[in-house]
Amino acid sequence: MSVRKNPILRETSHLLIPAILLFALYVQFHGDYGPGGGFQAGVIFASGIILYALLHGTKRAEKVISLNLAKTFAAIGLLLYAGIGVFGILLGGNYLDYNVLTQNPVHGQHWGILIIELGVGITVAAVIISIFYAFAKFKK
Amino acid sequence: MLAITAIAIIAMRNILSVIMLGGIYSLISATLFVVLDAVDVAFTEAAVGAGISTVLFLSALGITGKHQVLARKNHLVPIFVVLVTGAGLIYSTSDMPAFGDPNAPAHNHVAPRYIEQSGEEIGIPNMVTSVLASYRGFDTLGEVAVVFTALIAVLLLLGLNRGSRQDKS
Repeated sequence: MSVRKNPILRETSHLLIPAILLFALYVQFHGDYGPGGGFQAGVIFASGIILYALLHGTKRAEKVISLNLAKTFAAIGLLLYAGIGVFGILLGGNYLDYNVLTQNPVHGQHWGILIIELGVGITVAAVIISIFYAFAKFKK
Repeated sequence: MLAITAIAIIAMRNILSVIMLGGIYSLISATLFVVLDAVDVAFTEAAVGAGISTVLFLSALGITGKHQVLARKNHLVPIFVVLVTGAGLIYSTSDMPAFGDPNAPAHNHVAPRYIEQSGEEIGIPNMVTSVLASYRGFDTLGEVAVVFTALIAVLLLLGLNRGSRQDKS
């Protein structure tokens, strides 16, 4: 409880959390050009939310992202990834073949990678947030 | 450094300090990966190993107790298994190609194709992302499914819906 009342920690977290979330988005969408990608971005995004939950309690954090919302997004991310594979079949390619997504195969690869990385990021972030909630809300 | 941290982890009895040392261990391995030019892996190790898993261990600690209960059992069998496995692993390293050997089998299978062709086929500068998301798309789909399954397992084990189900019955 004393952690939550510490003004230094609270104010520093208010400065840090937006930067953490922004950095997560940078890692997510810059994964094609530098180190990073969906897994790392999801973890960083989740750590921003978890920092908020640690300092303000899970009740206030659940007003930002509730457990049910996080569970739904965990499924949406996986479905987005698998759905792109099925979409490729519908367009006449193999499963998870991005070449057919657009006219130009290289462009198709760009789109495919961008979308599946987004799916990975959504699932990883949502799963980690949900697992944290599950632990934090557990009562013996 | 890694060995010192590992020995300290074994010697500690306070689980809180063990978790903290585990985070430090991950951070040191992340720097090792940076030295080996594997920045993507280092990134993941620093974020997951040093960051998230430490927090998750701590929240698990909040549910359980803070001190390790020492099991008064026979330690000989586990030590024997560890020693035999360790000796086998060290023996097998003698057959491995030298560090950085360009003729190593790992560098001659599909790696040259990724290095030479991925620029034209995928067209993005980060080769790790090309391999992860495109060439090995099935693997990554499986990994995401594993992460999702982990969530389902945790929710089932911790039983967050237990209260509501009891209300109905």
